[in-house]
Amino acid sequence: MRKQRPIGWLPTSLLLLGAFYCLLPVIWVLTAATKSRAELFTSQAFTPGTGLFGNLSDLSAYRDGIFWNWMANTALYAGGGALLATVVSSVAGYALAKYQFPGRGLIFTTLIGGILVPSVVLAVPQYLLLAKLGLADTYWAVLLPSILSPYSIYLARIYASAAIPDALLEAGRIDGASETRLLRVVAFPMMGPGMVTIFLFQFVAIWNNFLLPYIMLADDGKFPLTVGLYTLLVTGANQPALYNLVITGALLSIIPLIALFLTMQRYWRTDLSGGSVKS
Amino acid sequence: MRTKRLTIVMSALLVGALAAGCTSGEGEATPQETGPVDLTFWTWAPNMDKIAEVWNQAHPNIHVTVSKQAGGDESAAKFLTAAKAGNAPDLMQAEYQMLPSFVAAEAVADIKADVSAIKGEFSDGIWGLVTLGTDAVYGVPQDSGPMMLYYRTDLFTQYGVTVPKTWDEYAAAARAVHAKDKSVYLGGFSSKDPGWFAGLSQQAGGQWWSIAGDAWKVGINDTATKKVANYWGGLANEGVVDTQAQWTPEWNAALNDGKLLSWASAVWAPGVLSSNAPNGKGKWAIAPLPQWSASEQFSGFWGGSSIAVAAGSKHRKAAAEFTAWLNTDAKALDLLIKEAAVYPAAKKGQSLLTQAPDYFSNQSDFWKVATTVSSTARGFTFGPNVNVAYSAYKDAFDKAVQSKSSFTDALTTVHETTVADMKKSGFKLAS
Repeated sequence: MRKQRPIGWLPTSLLLLGAFYCLLPVIWVLTAATKSRAELFTSQAFTPGTGLFGNLSDLSAYRDGIFWNWMANTALYAGGGALLATVVSSVAGYALAKYQFPGRGLIFTTLIGGILVPSVVLAVPQYLLLAKLGLADTYWAVLLPSILSPYSIYLARIYASAAIPDALLEAGRIDGASETRLLRVVAFPMMGPGMVTIFLFQFVAIWNNFLLPYIMLADDGKFPLTVGLYTLLVTGANQPALYNLVITGALLSIIPLIALFLTMQRYWRTDLSGGSVKS
Repeated sequence: MRTKRLTIVMSALLVGALAAGCTSGEGEATPQETGPVDLTFWTWAPNMDKIAEVWNQAHPNIHVTVSKQAGGDESAAKFLTAAKAGNAPDLMQAEYQMLPSFVAAEAVADIKADVSAIKGEFSDGIWGLVTLGTDAVYGVPQDSGPMMLYYRTDLFTQYGVTVPKTWDEYAAAARAVHAKDKSVYLGGFSSKDPGWFAGLSQQAGGQWWSIAGDAWKVGINDTATKKVANYWGGLANEGVVDTQAQWTPEWNAALNDGKLLSWASAVWAPGVLSSNAPNGKGKWAIAPLPQWSASEQFSGFWGGSSIAVAAGSKHRKAAAEFTAWLNTDAKALDLLIKEAAVYPAAKKGQSLLTQAPDYFSNQSDFWKVATTVSSTARGFTFGPNVNVAYSAYKDAFDKAVQSKSSFTDALTTVHETTVADMKKSGFKLAS
């Protein structure tokens, strides 16, 4: 019989500490969201209040329920953007991994360089460009820049070169499959876990993105949650900031993310452990 | 005030992009309008869409679409970026301190020809905020923030303080209150709110910027402002005024729990108090600010905004017509008060305010006091780089408060930083 492994107290306590550190703000948001306007600054930080339902109905009533509009917009930007980005990245990564063509090294080096440029820096130039095209203040203004993600292409390339054996593609070619068919039937299914990773990364990145939609969009009916909640927070000098609504909104805005992670977790776990069992 | 780091990062990004940005081709006169026109309007005032709807009903030829924005410095940066991209809205809500930077960037139009008729609707001090002391008119004043002293009536009685008429009395009261209870302060000095300090300097007669011909004159460390800085520096170093940052949860709690007995603030403070200090309802009252000499009666402005017409607008005349209506028409002013909770800049609008805010139900003459104070507010001209001066203020006075060093030195730092920045940006400075 195997002897039970002793618990490593040091790593365990370090991890617990880390978990506590990460979860504390979330717990704060959770309790603060239950506080009414009057309770927010007057009661103890972690004592739950009594205003959760009041906050929820106030938030839903604010500007005729524009909050749910923002929620839907965010879902569209994050869902649509991440889906498109996943497709583009997978195809590009697959091509870079499995085809020899002139300039491949250069493209890949450029991509690595692109990873080093934070997307925040690009927001203003992208705005100027899209404004020239007349696309500023449209849904495309946020979706288009989200589609290209150097980091995702990099991930896809790494994953494709590791997960798809060349022999398999060769076999497909001998059997007479076209390159598109190979991509569809052989490459995509094998890249599945990698694509889930890319999708999740992009989804979270777009969900949390602030500066790009802030600059691109003028009409608050098109705002995502981040920018929308910001308008509640910075309301101009003569209006009190709607702290309790912002906090409740922030709480609601993380629920879809948590749900997404819980449902996609098993695909992801396959991916993260995938490399370790390669023969 | 809030989200400080974000402000800095975003301003840096946006301004950087502007410096590298393209040039916008504009300047041609607007042709006469025919047929219906569509105007877009960026504002952060609540319910402005409802007010615009009233206009749209009555004016089928000029349709105004409201885009609700966040307030603050970021919205100014966003507007400037949009203007550079040739994508600005027709109408923009512009805080008074941001308007000169819009003018310097040639992002707003001179609408003198269309709005000079309504000059008489505003006090000279407020009108000066949109002309910058020049012949041009760069916007129509919407709201203003005359400063007053908000104080807790019950606690003033408890600590035996009478409402200070002069700043000397205020200092004496501050010492007396703090001596009685070390956890309680009469008021606070905020190194985080340059707009607050600017308002107090206006009251003292400070003129931070002025235009002489085609050159700017900077007077941030003028005698009047030095006096103000020196006064607060003394109190802060003595430790008899609270120096914690405003707008923080701790500050809210201090207001709410009666640890701060008064707040020198602007007319929009009831909104802040009712949301951040709900326990004080019915216990606060207002009085004019303490004066520098007993024979004077002056105030200053903290906050307030105007509605400007973008230089890139294709319908300047229609836009000017709308902004004039919005800020001077009796019906529009009534809507501004009721829907947007604005303290209107127009004289006529101030007389429409009769019922005291709910929070001040104990002071039935609230608006009467406010109107009197408003008429004593001194004029002021903001410069083209208020953002630079304001962040220099925060840095320098933060340090001065921390290290209990001289506030006049900090003021000199603000002055020098501002002048250096204007020189670097190529503004002509009068010597």
